[in-house]
Amino acid sequence: MTDVIIPQVAGGEYAHVHEEHGPTGLMKWITTTDHKVIGMSYMITSVALFYIAGLLALGIRVQLTTPHGTFISFQQYNELFTMHGSIMMYLFAGPFAFGGLANYIVPLQVGAPDMAFPRLNALSYWLYLGGSIMMLMGFGVAGGTADFGWVAYAPLSTSTYTPGLGEDLWIMALVLTGFSAIFTGVNLIATIFYLRAPGMTMFRMPIFTWNMLVTGILILIAFPVLTAALVMLFCDRHFGTKIYAVTGCHTTAGIVDAHACGSAVLWQNLFWFFGHPEVYILALPFFGIATEIFPVFSRKPVFGYKGMVFATMSIAALSTGVWAHHMFTTGTVLLPFFSLMSLLIAVPTGIKFFNWIGTMWRGQLVYTTPMLMSIGFLFAFLMGGVTGVMLASPPIDFFVHTTYFVVAHFHQVLFGTAVFAGFAGFYYWYPKMFGRMLNDRLGKVHFVLLFVGFWVTFIPQYVLGLHGMPRRVASYPTGLGWQSWNIASTIGAFMIATSFMVLLVNVWVSWRYPVPAGDNPWDAHTLEWFTTSPPPHHNYTHLPQIRSERPTWDYNHPDAPTILHRHGPGHPNGHGPYAGDGGGPTHGNGSAGVAPGVPAT
Amino acid sequence: MKVESAFLLGIATFFGVISISYWFTSYEDGGTMMLVGATALGVLPGCYYYFWHRRFRGSKYFFWGKTDRVVGTRPEDRDDARIEDGAGVISAFPGSSVWPFVFGSGAFVFLLAFVFGVWLAAVGISLIVTALVGVTAESRRGGRH
Amino acid sequence: MDPPSGNPSAALDTPPRHGPTGALGRLPSRRSRLWAVAAAAAGGLLLAGCNLPTFGETKPITSQGQDSLKLWQGFFITGAVVFVIVFSLIAWASIRYRRRSHAIPRQTQYHTVLEIFYTVIPIIMVLVLFGFTFVSENNVDALPAPKVSVTVTAFQWGWRFHYAKQDVTVIGVELQDPEMVLPQGETVRISLRSHDVVHGFFVPAFDFSRYAQPGITNRFTVNLHTLGTYRGQCTQYCGLFHSLMRFRVRVVTPAQFAAWLRSHRSGGTSSRASLTASAGGAGK
Ligand code: HEM
Ligand SMILES: [Cu+2]
Ligand SMILES: [Cu+2]
Repeated sequence: MTDVIIPQVAGGEYAHVHEEHGPTGLMKWITTTDHKVIGMSYMITSVALFYIAGLLALGIRVQLTTPHGTFISFQQYNELFTMHGSIMMYLFAGPFAFGGLANYIVPLQVGAPDMAFPRLNALSYWLYLGGSIMMLMGFGVAGGTADFGWVAYAPLSTSTYTPGLGEDLWIMALVLTGFSAIFTGVNLIATIFYLRAPGMTMFRMPIFTWNMLVTGILILIAFPVLTAALVMLFCDRHFGTKIYAVTGCHTTAGIVDAHACGSAVLWQNLFWFFGHPEVYILALPFFGIATEIFPVFSRKPVFGYKGMVFATMSIAALSTGVWAHHMFTTGTVLLPFFSLMSLLIAVPTGIKFFNWIGTMWRGQLVYTTPMLMSIGFLFAFLMGGVTGVMLASPPIDFFVHTTYFVVAHFHQVLFGTAVFAGFAGFYYWYPKMFGRMLNDRLGKVHFVLLFVGFWVTFIPQYVLGLHGMPRRVASYPTGLGWQSWNIASTIGAFMIATSFMVLLVNVWVSWRYPVPAGDNPWDAHTLEWFTTSPPPHHNYTHLPQIRSERPTWDYNHPDAPTILHRHGPGHPNGHGPYAGDGGGPTHGNGSAGVAPGVPAT
Repeated sequence: MKVESAFLLGIATFFGVISISYWFTSYEDGGTMMLVGATALGVLPGCYYYFWHRRFRGSKYFFWGKTDRVVGTRPEDRDDARIEDGAGVISAFPGSSVWPFVFGSGAFVFLLAFVFGVWLAAVGISLIVTALVGVTAESRRGGRH
Repeated sequence: MDPPSGNPSAALDTPPRHGPTGALGRLPSRRSRLWAVAAAAAGGLLLAGCNLPTFGETKPITSQGQDSLKLWQGFFITGAVVFVIVFSLIAWASIRYRRRSHAIPRQTQYHTVLEIFYTVIPIIMVLVLFGFTFVSENNVDALPAPKVSVTVTAFQWGWRFHYAKQDVTVIGVELQDPEMVLPQGETVRISLRSHDVVHGFFVPAFDFSRYAQPGITNRFTVNLHTLGTYRGQCTQYCGLFHSLMRFRVRVVTPAQFAAWLRSHRSGGTSSRASLTASAGGAGK
């Protein structure tokens, strides 16, 4: 086993790539620096955590089925929703997207042999695994897990009010996973900036890769703030600082003296400066997945490619200027600024929606499971987006803030992205990763159960919120008409749970009775479908010429190049209009369609 | 590298504008600090890429000065580049390494020290130091053979 | 979809009335010209606000709540229209263009005019929505000189309502909900603060909530116009018994209010239980 240096020699040949003779079995897994293995480890870990957090959600739902629920105690309930939210947000959705799928797919999509820093990549995974274990360790310590919600509002999160070990574990777990995310972000950006294949200009990168680049930047903006805030919180808890803490600074009248103590609002500012970009760190990768899937199963190029890229950038940019829309009811923030910025995010999001619809328009839609999941994502995110616009208006937020309306809203967006689009990506890339297909019929059963269950779970929560049911309550009184809605929501949750059992069956079937996938089972567009399934060590033995953002399609369908304008003719050689550094779109008017793939050694 | 630098400098410009307008509408220092930090995040690498973009084109600094070597643009930045244009060594990719795991375990144990007791820190730090030494040696040797 | 407003045991005997003015009647005149164009687009909906259903939101008993209800109605209708349009587009595309043949469709990628269209229209819509938000927000957050002031202190896990001028205090903890008595028709200022962690003061019938935070005093105004007893609750998660941190708001006539104050004067330090018992009617 050796360091592998990949020389590309003139004539397009790759020199011999050293075969792995390294350790096998467990040791191989521990020492790997291959982005594909790391990506897969990430995915398996995060999906396992998703199942755990889903189980916790079922506990929440069972407790709320009846008023004065007695399924679990108040304390247990508080731990349950804290861990559900924390695992879903910090350990599932993000790591699944940028540690799992992006890690696996981005180097393939830009034609790179690996991530730019393979060992750093491995370290990211180990930190993430350590952080996940640390957070789960809370279940085993005296006093239980953290119980201050996934947002850990100070001063509730200071040692006076939540003194347990579980809280400390929670903080340290987030420090670990925070570094893991930062390293992955750096790695993705460096890979995209430095390891693209010749001809893969920035404006020929697949949208998924673009979105991961932007996500990487957002990670670098957001996560350091969280880590710093957590370190300060830890100091407050154990080293007697008063950054957020209010202990011992009451006046004789029993009122907290603002000058003598820490600031509760500071935590909220810091947390949400991380927290809102985090929401888009969770959303953008999944937008990217949907943007890969719609064109492939519509058999058309993505509509408005350039608009998509700029929409992604504007969403990311705006998302860093809206943090205080989670603080409208604190009475301490500049309402119009944050309201306008938040409302404006609807514009680029709308552009994305219309581009997705435009991609399907006049296509030949093939309803495979990934496509269905993506359409499920569209519907879910549409409603989540519309209610998001409502929440961006402070007077409306004053009413629905921290009620079940908000719970329903953020599940529609988070579930829509992380689950619908996330598992769309899972079904879509599974053949590439394992070289075998998932069963499409079982996939459709999964989809239908999930889709119905999703609406049955979360629509009642909107109604409950408007009826004034606060979130994070372990019990609610009788006589308010809340029970029937809660029962519906619980039934929906169990449908979702069932649908994920079907997924397990599906994976088992594909394992037991493999159906070989071939290199490109979907007739897909992007580079990763050019190589074998699963790809060889260091990914490619040869590459096609890259003349548009769909090199594999161009290679397979030289007679169907992208048509840039509605009435325009097909571009003679499938050139995208976007020059990189090299100048305008005027060069290279070769006539023979797309250059053939360059053969391997 | 032009698009890369434009991308990063765009971030810098956006956050520059937002920092200024946020400061003068709110005079709130926490948020302003974070926005200024984000501006710096765009400025630093953005200038770096712009510098190299100009350097490749033959300028010595950003706009001025001349070098005698004009590299032109990287193949991945050229619309008409052929795969063969990328011929040559891409990079060295370590085949496999146990040190990330050791480092990760060290960090895990080290942070646990804050929760369960300082003695764990000794274990954590020794693992981390071992990993750092190990990974350095590995790189100098050019990987484990 | 109309929920019962407030506490059903008490609130329903007094039918809700409408606020004194419509949303646009409140516009500061200086701005009204500015928003005229915007109003033409969406204002019709808002003007008709009084007769629209509440779209699920609790019927407000304050004039501030009327304002935000109108905004909610406007947003709801706009949102519903956008939802229906986009929903239909997605549904149409996914049904109409399902695969009919194996031919490769036209590989169209851009349509500049269309793209500009669906960039500009949302921008206009957002600006209009922001305009209405801005106006409504100023009304809801306005702080006119109050006739009655109440200082509310939240603590784990209960509430203390202090009428400083009249020297009356009501305290209640979990399972002994305190009751805040307020006069109908008068300008009431509520000052909110917290003794320990962050709490949230939420009365669904106000269509309003606000955090109670340590070290910060938040002030807001309500003008109540409907008699009755209403449910209130802490909405910001504050620890173990957050779910039980409830209270009630009882709106009475000014005369009843004066009488109530008189009978509770300098009860400030008496036991919690007796206070809540005398103040409360409906039990748990
Ligand atoms: C499997 C289906 C799911 C169900 C049935 C479910 C249910 C719930 C419920 C009922 C709550 C409210 C708890 C409360 O306020 O008392 C909740 C909170 C939450 N959920 Fe989910 N959820 C699901 C999936 C997800 C997913 C996929 C995500 C994110 C990717 C997520 C993120 C959250 C977050 C962040 C919270 C807030 C926790 C807090 O208040 O601190 N959930 N969930
Ligand atoms: Cu947000
Ligand atoms: Cu509370």
